[in-house]
Amino acid sequence: MKIAVCIKRVPEMELRFSIAADRKSLDQGGLKYEISDFDGYALEVGLQLVEKAGSGEVVVISLGPDGVQETLRKALAMGATRAIQLKADEVPVDGFAVASALAAELKTGEYDLILFGRMATDTASGTAGPMMAQLLDLPCVTAISHLDLADGRGTARRDLEGATETVQFPLPAVLTIDEGIARPRLATLKGIMAAKKKPLDVRPAQLGAVHLTVESMALPPERSGGRIVGEGADAVPELVRLLRTEAKVL
Amino acid sequence: MATTFAFAESRDGALRKVALETVTAARQAADATGGGEVHAMVIGEPGIAGKAEELGRYGADVVVAVEDAALARYGPEAYSAAAAHRIKAGGYRAVFFPASAQGRDLAPRVAARLGVSLASDVTEFEIQGDAVLAKHPAYTGKIILTLRLTGTPAVLSLRPGAVTPVEKAHTARVEAATSSVPPSAARVTVTDVSAQAGTKLDLGEAPVIVSGGRGLRAAENFKLVEDLAAAFGNAAVGATRAVTDDGWRPSTDQIGQTGRVVSPDLYIALGISGAIQHLAGMRTAKTIVAINKDKDAPIFKIADYGIVGDLFEIVPRLTEEVRKARSAH
Repeated sequence: MKIAVCIKRVPEMELRFSIAADRKSLDQGGLKYEISDFDGYALEVGLQLVEKAGSGEVVVISLGPDGVQETLRKALAMGATRAIQLKADEVPVDGFAVASALAAELKTGEYDLILFGRMATDTASGTAGPMMAQLLDLPCVTAISHLDLADGRGTARRDLEGATETVQFPLPAVLTIDEGIARPRLATLKGIMAAKKKPLDVRPAQLGAVHLTVESMALPPERSGGRIVGEGADAVPELVRLLRTEAKVL
Repeated sequence: MATTFAFAESRDGALRKVALETVTAARQAADATGGGEVHAMVIGEPGIAGKAEELGRYGADVVVAVEDAALARYGPEAYSAAAAHRIKAGGYRAVFFPASAQGRDLAPRVAARLGVSLASDVTEFEIQGDAVLAKHPAYTGKIILTLRLTGTPAVLSLRPGAVTPVEKAHTARVEAATSSVPPSAARVTVTDVSAQAGTKLDLGEAPVIVSGGRGLRAAENFKLVEDLAAAFGNAAVGATRAVTDDGWRPSTDQIGQTGRVVSPDLYIALGISGAIQHLAGMRTAKTIVAINKDKDAPIFKIADYGIVGDLFEIVPRLTEEVRKARSAH
């Protein structure tokens, strides 16, 4: 079984972000990067499938500057077989450009499955996976929370609003992975040592034309909140009055 | 004058609220350019074209109806082929999808079929010359991106609840269409859709959401949350990740970065401290109420109204007062 997992490095979300002087990028000072949550689940799914199959490889791919090599090495330490960096000065916010570059790399790989996280936790778009599937004309199921494979076909479950959908598809296919499907393993010391010797190829990213760019970045408007109506159940009538007369939601 | 396109999502033969939101947005975009036509697409079983009247009320001039018993359920390949075919032929300036579960799956495929980019999960937009500027909350809601979308058509998906449906009566004429991918040729097939028990109003559609966190202490105490939601009559019940991880509520109730992202008119947070992961899912609610025993809980920093104290005393009283207020109308 041959599986590709597309991963993105993102800043740790718990940090306080500040905006750089250009008003369209993050101040890099103090930022620490990690693999995007959902991409970690996707990697774990890939590793488990190859382990279960008993043979095959998990190829991890990341687009971006040389900083992504650290993220790729972590994925290798978790157990991926080899890594590919699609080198670009920055990761465009344009999901179609990213999908085009990934499609150019993955079209000849003869993968049984190409996995993505449901979305990257930084730009929160979730577009690159299904777009790339479309470009390669591969069957695609997004945001799956359960997966079974048998006899060249897959069955996945996805949570919709208020319902769960069961979907069947043939391999090869592109899947985007929601949380809850598998907890990413921790790299062992042995894995970390082995990762240093695993192949990491660097190739230029063929991004193509970019039609979506960041015009500006802003911090969200401060909510005028922080207003404590009162303490305990005695504050309830005043809250209800405010909801009626001020917020007009009751 | 620009013609615009809206994908009108339906489920079980009924339009979803997000359908009225995309049509309203398409109407606003057309009007902003001097008042072109709005074309809305519905896909579903025969009879779905009957939604033309409702869509016309929100500003659609043309309802493109793809009626096929085999398309009663969403199928990504047939739906995306039908939408892309129409959009290619229609020469639209801007195209709107909902960023609902279905729309998040559909919109990127359609954009890729058209060979264009997509601004997803947009909360505000503005047509500016040849470009469209779109706001999109990113980095768990801690950064608002303003995106510049060039190329034609501009394809956007709209965060559910971000656009308020506005009636603007037009009389919509119906045009029948088909999908170039017949449902029988689809490789990806939905074999089952099971509704979760007890789900009445969807989180994305409910004007009011009452949510519970660890402060409720046990699964059975969600009765308090449900009772308050019932008192509103138009409320859905949500939960934090801690609560869904513990199995107190189904995972589909989770609001936050890794769950649902919602923008209701009123969000009531009960026993929720306000972790970043949760705030990312609800910080764009129009009014936020928090009830928590810890006066330093981060939720109070973003809440419009807070009550500090024991939710087990406060919530039953609130339920009673809400019930009274609503019956007084």
